[in-house]
Amino acid sequence: MDKELKREIILENYQHPFHKGLKKEGYLVENANNESCIDNLDISLKIEKGKIIDATFDGEACAISTSATSILLKKLIGKTLEDAKELIENYEHMINEEPYDEAALEELLAYQDIYLQPNRKTCALLPSKAVKNLLKNDGEE
Amino acid sequence: MNREDFPLLKTGIIYFDNGATSLKPKAVLNSMNDYYENYGANIHRGDYDASYKASEIYEQTREICRDFIGAASKDEIVFTSGTTDSLNKIIFGFFKQYLKKGDEVLITKAEHASLLLPFMMLEKEIGIHLVYMPLSEEYRLTFESFKNSVTQKTKVVAIAGVSNVVGDHRPLKEIGAYCRENQILFLVDGAQSVPHQATNVLEDHIDFLAFSAHKMLGPTGIGVLYGRKELLKKMIPLEYGGDMNQSFTSLGEVTLKDVPLRLEAGTPPIAEVIGLRSAILYLKEIGMEEIAKQEMYLKKYFLEQVKDLPQIEVYNASVEGGNVIFNIQDVFSQDAAIYLNHFKICTRAGAHCAKALKEELPVQNTVRLSFYFYNTKKEIDTLVAALKKSDTLYDIIL
Repeated sequence: MDKELKREIILENYQHPFHKGLKKEGYLVENANNESCIDNLDISLKIEKGKIIDATFDGEACAISTSATSILLKKLIGKTLEDAKELIENYEHMINEEPYDEAALEELLAYQDIYLQPNRKTCALLPSKAVKNLLKNDGEE
Repeated sequence: MNREDFPLLKTGIIYFDNGATSLKPKAVLNSMNDYYENYGANIHRGDYDASYKASEIYEQTREICRDFIGAASKDEIVFTSGTTDSLNKIIFGFFKQYLKKGDEVLITKAEHASLLLPFMMLEKEIGIHLVYMPLSEEYRLTFESFKNSVTQKTKVVAIAGVSNVVGDHRPLKEIGAYCRENQILFLVDGAQSVPHQATNVLEDHIDFLAFSAHKMLGPTGIGVLYGRKELLKKMIPLEYGGDMNQSFTSLGEVTLKDVPLRLEAGTPPIAEVIGLRSAILYLKEIGMEEIAKQEMYLKKYFLEQVKDLPQIEVYNASVEGGNVIFNIQDVFSQDAAIYLNHFKICTRAGAHCAKALKEELPVQNTVRLSFYFYNTKKEIDTLVAALKKSDTLYDIIL
């Protein structure tokens, strides 16, 4: 993916984020914030029969955090908890410069070069950290 | 002015984050090195020349601090690790005993976490009541707002001399005089005022003052707690150990030294006190009025340069002092700060540790510029040029 396309994907998802507007009723909700910066988002997932059927978020955060949340939530909808966990793990491997499966990440490849700005890795990892917390009890409260 | 004295400026950065910490001149660094290299002994306890010299300079710094803030006695100066430490010692060592359930503490939502949080803890522990004085236009605290908030139950007013976000200079003299007349104690967080303007605790009737060296050219890890002597004597030490006791026995008979030593347990940061001494001497050489004037001049110049840029929204234009808070339209403040860093311009993005102020401001987060005397018009020109090109922001940061 070239740099121009990556920037376009990030900007599109920052300026027109997917499912921004938090739904709480019947959802698991988690606050995502970075101690080192000022990003502050709430993320919610609706899980039924071991599947994520909806995902929303809201809050104030930088272009990287907001867009990464938008893309990640879009990709999580429809996934089983197992597949969701695998996606998150794969994404985090990419951000942390560990071996990862490129084909599975699609739009998330926009963050492939984030390691070049180490202080922004936490921005890219903000949504995955929160979703991981939400999934740790397999969709139970 | 004096730019050649600051080694960090030689790296080419444009430093507009003086509210967070200031740069250090060579004189401060040299004085600390001189201590370590030539007389780096402990104080108050060695019968040899190096220790005498260290003790003497340490105690001399107390006198220099006294003079700098216009206190009556050098025994009213306690060295701490910084403003946060000073405020915690004042609030938990004095006010926790002094205040009773139902007593009111006047404060504002613009205060720093280090002043608000200890009082919030006291609110939970002993049931005092925090009363938030309303802020007026551009989030300023006025004397009228203070006066209208006073009730029979008001026992303390706790405010910053200059707020660290908005940067407004609080009417200390008027508030102080009113407090003294009405038996209200006056606690001032001087972290953002002492480095930038002349301070006089006697004239302003300040009962307690806290400030840090690192925001006024000095090293980190050292600050000052000023307390009016009769109040300081009532303060309970939160730390016990060496150099603060007169004598003790295994039967538990303990005699403490008098203030201020009673409040300085253990080996203090001696090199840092020496650094603070050099910092104050350096500031006095320039003159605090001169410093305040230069900062105001820089702020006016910046405002003049951006007044025709529709994408720049300034939230505290009318406030005197060297702080500007602004946003680039539709850009998250952190993204703006990251963009400016590309031009080696250092700014701060966020709520600036005054998180309760979010409830008042139209935006949650802002970019803050905080000037000091070594900043220049030319540096502001570079900043303004970057702001003018901010339509290329995402090309640069993404």
